Amino acid sequence: MNRDTTAETLLEARDLHTWFELRQWGFLRAGHVRAVDGVNFALRRGEAVAFVGESGCGKSSLARTLLGLHRPTRGEVVFEGGHLEALDKRGLKTYRARVGYVQQDPYGALPPFMDVGRILSEPLIIHGVRDRETRQARVRAALEEVRLTPAESYLSKFPHQLSGGQQQRVVIARALVLEPSMIIADEPVSMLDASVRVEILRLLRNIQVERGLTLAFITHDLSTVRHFAERIFVMYGGRIVEQAEVNELLDHPQHPYTQALLAAIPDPDPDNADREHAVPGGEPPSLANPPPGCRFHPRCPEAMAGLCDRDEPPDFEPRPVHLSACWLHR
Amino acid sequence: MTQPALLRVENLRLAYRTGRGVVRAVDGVDFDLRRGEALVLLGESGCGKSSLAKALLRLLPRNVQAHEGRVWLDDTDILALPEERFRRDVQWLRISMVMQAAMNALNPVVRVGEQVAEPLMVHRGWSRAKAMERAAEVFALVGVSTDFLGRYPFELSGGMRQRVVLAMSLVTEPDLVILDEPTSALDVLTQAGIMNVLKRIKRELNTSFILITHDVSTSSEIADRVALMYAGQIVELADARHFFTEPAHPYSQMLMASVPRLHQPDPPQHIPGQPPDLLDPPAGCRYAPRCPKRFGRCDEMPDSITVGERHHVRCWLHGAGP
Amino acid sequence: MRRWLEGLKQLRRYPSAVLGMLLILFLVGLSVYTVVAIPYSQALDLWRGGDHWRMHPVNASPVWADRLRGGDLPETQIISSDEVTARVQEFPGGRRLQIPLGFDYQSSAFPSELNLFLRVHDTERPPFVRFIWQAPDGSEQVIGGRRVARDERVSISQDWGLERRLGHVPHVGLMMDPGSGNPSQPEVLTGIHTMLLDVVMFDEAGSVSADLVVYGRVHGIAGTDHQRRDLMVALMWGTPVALAFGLIAAVGTTVTTLVIAAMGVWFRGWVDATIQRLTEVNMILPMLPILVMVGTLYSTSIWLMLGVVVALGIFSAGIKMYRAMLLPIREAPYIEAAKAYGAGDARIILRYMVPRVLPVLIPTFVTLIPTFVFLEASLAVLGLGDPVLPTWGKVLNDAQEQSALYNGFYYWVVSPAALLMLTGLGFAMLGFALDRVFNPRLRSL
Ligand SMILES: Nc1ncnc2c1ncn2[C@@H]1O[C@H](COP(=O)(O)OP(=O)(O)OP(=O)(O)O)[C@@H](O)[C@H]1O
Ligand SMILES: Nc1ncnc2c1ncn2[C@@H]1O[C@H](COP(=O)(O)OP(=O)(O)OP(=O)(O)O)[C@@H](O)[C@H]1O
Ligand SMILES: [Mg+2]
Ligand SMILES: [Mg+2]
Repeated sequence: MNRDTTAETLLEARDLHTWFELRQWGFLRAGHVRAVDGVNFALRRGEAVAFVGESGCGKSSLARTLLGLHRPTRGEVVFEGGHLEALDKRGLKTYRARVGYVQQDPYGALPPFMDVGRILSEPLIIHGVRDRETRQARVRAALEEVRLTPAESYLSKFPHQLSGGQQQRVVIARALVLEPSMIIADEPVSMLDASVRVEILRLLRNIQVERGLTLAFITHDLSTVRHFAERIFVMYGGRIVEQAEVNELLDHPQHPYTQALLAAIPDPDPDNADREHAVPGGEPPSLANPPPGCRFHPRCPEAMAGLCDRDEPPDFEPRPVHLSACWLHR
Repeated sequence: MTQPALLRVENLRLAYRTGRGVVRAVDGVDFDLRRGEALVLLGESGCGKSSLAKALLRLLPRNVQAHEGRVWLDDTDILALPEERFRRDVQWLRISMVMQAAMNALNPVVRVGEQVAEPLMVHRGWSRAKAMERAAEVFALVGVSTDFLGRYPFELSGGMRQRVVLAMSLVTEPDLVILDEPTSALDVLTQAGIMNVLKRIKRELNTSFILITHDVSTSSEIADRVALMYAGQIVELADARHFFTEPAHPYSQMLMASVPRLHQPDPPQHIPGQPPDLLDPPAGCRYAPRCPKRFGRCDEMPDSITVGERHHVRCWLHGAGP
Repeated sequence: MRRWLEGLKQLRRYPSAVLGMLLILFLVGLSVYTVVAIPYSQALDLWRGGDHWRMHPVNASPVWADRLRGGDLPETQIISSDEVTARVQEFPGGRRLQIPLGFDYQSSAFPSELNLFLRVHDTERPPFVRFIWQAPDGSEQVIGGRRVARDERVSISQDWGLERRLGHVPHVGLMMDPGSGNPSQPEVLTGIHTMLLDVVMFDEAGSVSADLVVYGRVHGIAGTDHQRRDLMVALMWGTPVALAFGLIAAVGTTVTTLVIAAMGVWFRGWVDATIQRLTEVNMILPMLPILVMVGTLYSTSIWLMLGVVVALGIFSAGIKMYRAMLLPIREAPYIEAAKAYGAGDARIILRYMVPRVLPVLIPTFVTLIPTFVFLEASLAVLGLGDPVLPTWGKVLNDAQEQSALYNGFYYWVVSPAALLMLTGLGFAMLGFALDRVFNPRLRSL
């Protein structure tokens, strides 16, 4: 792949697996949920990427693994050249200051018994910013950065006194207050009202561009990614099935799953009412017991018997800088 | 083609009593709906969509302060009916509803087939066997294998549960089905599948729908008519084609511009500001504080102004001069 | 903070809460007053008994208890020689003093005892004192005479010779109406009785002072016990002790239990398993017998008992309850967020998990206070009370040992019991109201 060699790699996932043990009756081992099952990618400093996929395909598990909240079962996460697994307690703490986390449910992500000022000070206190004045100044700066102005009027508010959009801004401010070099946002707008989604996404994107942050943005909504990310990774059943630059992927989807996904997304068009979408039947695969071969083959309209149901497809490059894990491109 | 309306709503109001004051969740709503038509009720969270549906079906919480207006179903005012007659003759049999998050409210210990058959046994007095037979038919209609009749809710995926809930609302063959946010919690593919089912049912059974959603793109999948709600009022009521291509109200225009589209070169816009507090809404046009086209007259509450055939807008821009 | 204030404001809407708070306020006020008015060391000293109480009657009931029944039982009268004028007769080498200790006696019941306390000052040579009783009807009775060396207590009521002479215990015999019909049921001769001290001093300088104590049958608000101690001391000092014990035990157990439960929930694995097993074992261990054992074998100091109560209370059924409340909180996104920005285990437990359930615990905690107050009282009743501290339980214990109820000393049992019940009632009423405010789900019930 002829990547832009000037851009430095910030974070890399190498053959990453995160499996959860399934237990029966509390103690018997009953196999694994393969939430992340062999994922490879590299994020460059300052780029915004989107991970797209259906519910339960392992997006959040991937995010948590990258954040060091889950230990990978196999493979490794490399951040700025250092291996995450090799970090000691101190190193891990430093890493956590370098990577911000924005969760899906803004209300749940904020401790209900702390006011905004306290919520934003917490990371600073934890990372040893002793001086009150400094903390106050940084908290205020973070609030202003997420356009919660005047900052003073928000400092003593409690989460339940804020609207969903404002809550999510506070969450974003909290992710920014330690001045990280990367932000992982796990479906940052899916719990918000449609009318504020765009606003929050633009805010995130603007901050990312201004600060030169790396943004990993997880979503299940392909219609928003074009304007808020530069590259897309499409996930299915714990794997990345297709990856490319945004416009390339949206305009020339290669993997049958991506094609189905794109076909299912309506634009607000009155003609929609007259046509039905081609929707692949069936359900997303069980991660505890994934189908052999290509994970999509049971639902795939183009599945080739004897191949797709037997062998896992490797990444092919049907178009330049556009990877797709499908035997069609063989 | 003029056709008598199946449902005509006149000046419907619903207000809740709360610790901080009276919340006027539905504040003077008028619309009509013809047989076989699908009306999409669009609006931001908290603008009163669910309250409107509950007001229609008289499913009221205890803290209701006012519930008034007229709702004509064919020629009877169903709000004036005695409670008991309404429950017996109208609910389920003429109008059924899928509540918001109903798929998570299925009874966890009763097989889904029986839950679907239950309205028939209760409201129609059918025998169990006959009701189960009908339940199987409806399962097929909504695209759930009849093998699933004997399963429990937790054995089904979200999409399947939503279909079961849909089946429940269709089993009595009502004239009107109200769906409150039926797909918001579902994946794109699942959502598309359910929208396909709705389209098919509408075509085959000529059922009328009121679909409540805040997702403009999804609403375009089924809408014949669109009613856009803002702070307890319908600010624009129009044919879907008009609404999606040339919306008349400034709020509708901004809303359409804020919808992310897959194949659109420009990024979507956002609507600045926040919806008003329903405890204390502005005296004039409720959208005025956020409206870029605001002018002097907006301090007055706009009437519902007719701008075309079955097209009404609450905005002075379309009004005759003062 | 604001939420708490809101909650407190809401409390005003519950009359029971207001009443409960008033009760608690009264108890707290009483405690503060007591601690200021009778300092700790003084209270201990008083409660040890002895000379402080020599002028108090034995087992006198409270005044109000008698007056409510329409009685006129006498209160104690102390007649001091300082308040009367003595007649002085000089003679060579000495003086003769006549000190009339007169008092007006109007009650229809006899006093419970008569004592005379004599003090001799500034003389090497003990004076000779004769005691003469002058009744209102003019009759005189010589009780006796003796040399008085230093300070001396003349127990008139214990004078066996006099008793034999009068045919009644002296305090009855001296004060009865000789004309009353039935000698076995003597009646009081009301009017001014005088104890005349006829003192002969063999010295120019010295002097004698005396207090005649006519012990009553009723005393103060609380009455007295078998050691003449005013029960008021114990009732008053029992309040701060009970409140402090209840509060410390309740805070100690709830907070520690909560923190331990949170640790189990957070660390899971063997930590959780250990805590669970400890709890299960502890739950089937009966608390009272263990306390009795500790008290019997080791020490009954209230602080030790408090320690044992808290220690045993920590691994209580509460742990299971808190665990159930904390388990979902462990999975809350804000906890995950805290971990993701680097919060350590201790911080997550103390700052993120515990505060979340604290409001829910306040009602439990308030209702828990009286339980510990009762526990302390029960221990004292069982004879395992703190040996030196005056407490409600000690009063009950003394009452029981002296068979108070059998002897008709109801007040001895009723007042500490009433205070215990008031405490229980106050905290219970407040606790239930708090429960409704902080756990709104109950409100509709
Ligand atoms: N801690 C865990 N223990 C066991 N299984 C887990 C755990 N976390 C996630 N899983 C399982 O892993 C799979 C992937 O979950 P994940 O939350 O990563 O999906 P997702 O793509 O984020 O879905 P969604 O869109 O619903 O958030 C699911 O089947 C889930 O049940
Ligand atoms: N029982 C109630 N008592 C008091 N206020 C209520 C009650 N139910 C709803 N409300 C208020 O009425 C307003 C409208 O609520 P409603 O549920 O109808 O909105 P909605 O448009 O359906 O929103 P959403 O998209 O979030 O479902 C909101 O401000 C809500 O807080
Ligand atoms: Mg997720
Ligand atoms: Mg709703």
